[in-house]
Amino acid sequence: MTAIKSQVDMPRQEPNERIKNFDEVAIGYNAEMALEEASRCLNCPKPQCVKGCPVEVPIPEFIKLIKEGNYISAAKKIKEKNSLPAVCGRVCPQEDQCQKNCVLGIRGDPIAIGRLERFASDWERKYSKIEKQEIQFKGGRVAVIGSGPAGLTVAADLAKLGHKVTIFESLHAAGGVLMYGIPEFRLPKEIVQYEVEYVNSLGVEIKLDSTIGRLATIQELFDDGYDAIFIGSGAGLPNFLIIPGENLKGVYSANEFLIRTNLMKAYKFPEYDTPIRVGKRVGVIGAGNVAMDSARCALRLGAEQSNIIYRRGRDEMPARIEEVENAEEEGIHFEFLTNPIRFIGNSRGFLEKVECIHMKLSEPDSSGRRRPEPIPGSEFTIELDTAIIAIGQSPNPIIQQTTQGLETTRHGTIIVNEDSMETKIPGVFAGGDVVSGAATVISAMGAGKLAAKSMHQYILSKKGILQ
Amino acid sequence: MYEIVHKEALSPNIKLIEVKAPAVAKKTKPGQFVIIRIHEKGERFPITISNSNKDEGTIQLIFAEVGKSSILLGKLNEGESILNLAGPLGNATDTKDYGNILCVGGGVMVGALLFQMKVLKGSGNNITTIIGARSKDRLILIDEARKYSDDFYVATDDGSEGRQGIEFLKEILQQKRFDHVFTMGPTSMQKIVSEYTKSYNIPTTVNLFPIMVDGTGMCGACRVTVGNTTRFACVHGPDFDGHQVDFDELISRMRFYNPNEKIAMVLYEGV
Ligand SMILES: Cc1cc2nc3c(=O)[nH]c(=O)nc-3n(C[C@H](O)[C@H](O)[C@H](O)COP(=O)(O)OP(=O)(O)OC[C@H]3O[C@@H](n4cnc5c(N)ncnc54)[C@H](O)[C@@H]3O)c2cc1C
Ligand code: FES
Repeated sequence: MTAIKSQVDMPRQEPNERIKNFDEVAIGYNAEMALEEASRCLNCPKPQCVKGCPVEVPIPEFIKLIKEGNYISAAKKIKEKNSLPAVCGRVCPQEDQCQKNCVLGIRGDPIAIGRLERFASDWERKYSKIEKQEIQFKGGRVAVIGSGPAGLTVAADLAKLGHKVTIFESLHAAGGVLMYGIPEFRLPKEIVQYEVEYVNSLGVEIKLDSTIGRLATIQELFDDGYDAIFIGSGAGLPNFLIIPGENLKGVYSANEFLIRTNLMKAYKFPEYDTPIRVGKRVGVIGAGNVAMDSARCALRLGAEQSNIIYRRGRDEMPARIEEVENAEEEGIHFEFLTNPIRFIGNSRGFLEKVECIHMKLSEPDSSGRRRPEPIPGSEFTIELDTAIIAIGQSPNPIIQQTTQGLETTRHGTIIVNEDSMETKIPGVFAGGDVVSGAATVISAMGAGKLAAKSMHQYILSKKGILQ
Repeated sequence: MYEIVHKEALSPNIKLIEVKAPAVAKKTKPGQFVIIRIHEKGERFPITISNSNKDEGTIQLIFAEVGKSSILLGKLNEGESILNLAGPLGNATDTKDYGNILCVGGGVMVGALLFQMKVLKGSGNNITTIIGARSKDRLILIDEARKYSDDFYVATDDGSEGRQGIEFLKEILQQKRFDHVFTMGPTSMQKIVSEYTKSYNIPTTVNLFPIMVDGTGMCGACRVTVGNTTRFACVHGPDFDGHQVDFDELISRMRFYNPNEKIAMVLYEGV
């Protein structure tokens, strides 16, 4: 057996340096590294990697273009299917998707597909300019609600097919979680805006400051002449623990903490006007990606100690392994099997500590899941100045509440036909976190791709245009 | 970009502006607010809408120049623009016919209260109004408010105009039977009004403006305790039953960023 060359490492900022800044942690491949990594690709006759990609990126083809030194063509190849490659190359869980299927992975390291995707799109951004594309308008008018990965994908795909698309975004910036949630040090906002600009260049109009349900209802959009509507409003409503003391000063939802930090750039206060207050001792409740991002932001904002407090154990953490490793390297401390039961404040209403109880995991139940159970009498307190609650988000209810006939689950997610992404209202489609509950960038994009296909069909048949 | 088409000073530090925002104007109802961001590095902050003109496509905003952002807003002239303006946000006030109502307004919020009163008057309500301010020179829109009122009172904290303090509200509550009370103004004033009306058992609608960031239910900065449950003022309010609101918690939460605001002001004025 010949030894398989291992993956080319990606350079990263050293932990003790990076916790002092918001610059990107992972620095990315240079051309030499990308060529070396790409040369490991076997160019399988029956590539398995593509099967793991929800948006069907032509992986072997783009890697081949990199091998040949055609980096810009490689990026263009990816963009045939994926309008946000610089984002996906950075935040997709490739280890569970394309790279999991790579045959090299059976005996060694799979190809670093994500890093190569990132390399190609970064190269394109640096060495070529976005050109306004002339697409002949020959379809219908589409309204897309929300400019996260789902909405941007629907908009780009339908624009390429000749439809006139308007995105309505509630915030003052397009990008959804990519702008307001994921921190600068994992996904620079400039890059998100570049990808938004690309979608823009396809002829998509983006209306910011436009909260659908308030500014106009779904019905009013139809009255304005839109032929089909896509709801990609995400899962932006933060869940709270519902325990005493949660409204003390110093207790944040992860969303507030991250919106202030990332979207509003509170880490640059007072150059930027939005303030944030982070104490010496920070506790983040939860252990998903959102929790890791919050804990790592807190360190960079000056916390001396940043703890993850999680009611299950290390193996149960939902965050990506890479993010947990990054957090550990940076000195984030983990309190496993620990559940907060109340926040305790001082006489002036500021958070001082959190009372917790130790947990143990039950024997696996019929579904194989081990539930956390409190250990009676094991209460103890942790001193905290700042607490950040990162235990999940639910769909924002504004659209659901202002739209008659839109069916939802008891979790507030919108019910769709999974083959077409159409809701119970004809002509209204939905996808991304608002349908699946909080998930991933790429699954939102996959849902957007599927929705775009069926919206195209819907509009054609509505307009009586034969295919 | 949202152009300021009209601007006037209502008192030394209170400004009224009319902003071009046709889509917002079309949908605005009393009780709702906008979130604005003035410039690229600005913060998002809420202002209650105090009128809308659907024909002209404008909304009216009245604000006191008290912090860096509101001072910057006050510096913008006619013809200049606000970078971002999202709205109308929050739920509109229920402006049905209640019968006899009492409207109590204070400070800059008198403008928004007047907007409510106009519509409430149109629904057939008999309106008794109390307009208050710290002192005579801070009283705004008195003549307009009088027009929509069946009974009208003015009060100032220092007694420089009308009655002194809010104590006399008790007298009014004793003299006349009200079916509903609306109040808009400083949180501490809304708290006192709610305490008084509670003892007379008169349903009271308050309009709250806690710290907000997005204004659409995404951050929870605006959470208030109402009847022992946590509500988001931006999506569940901003109108709430004043007898259920935990005002002390709200007032405490509103002060969280005071130190930061001081830093911002010192640096700003230092420039
Ligand atoms: C902190 C954080 C870190 C994450 N890290 C990762 C990661 O590393 N990898 C990964 O794959 N996934 C990650 N995720 C998850 C991923 O970001 C989401 O699954 C994905 O963004 C969902 O896309 P979406 O388009 O459905 O919604 P969103 O990205 O949430 O976008 C929805 C947009 O709709 C707008 N909107 C909402 N309501 C309205 C309305 N009424 N009118 C107009 N606009 C409206 C919102 O303002 C928002 O811009 C992370 C999430 C968070 C919060
Ligand atoms: S202002 Fe963010 S949830 Fe209300």
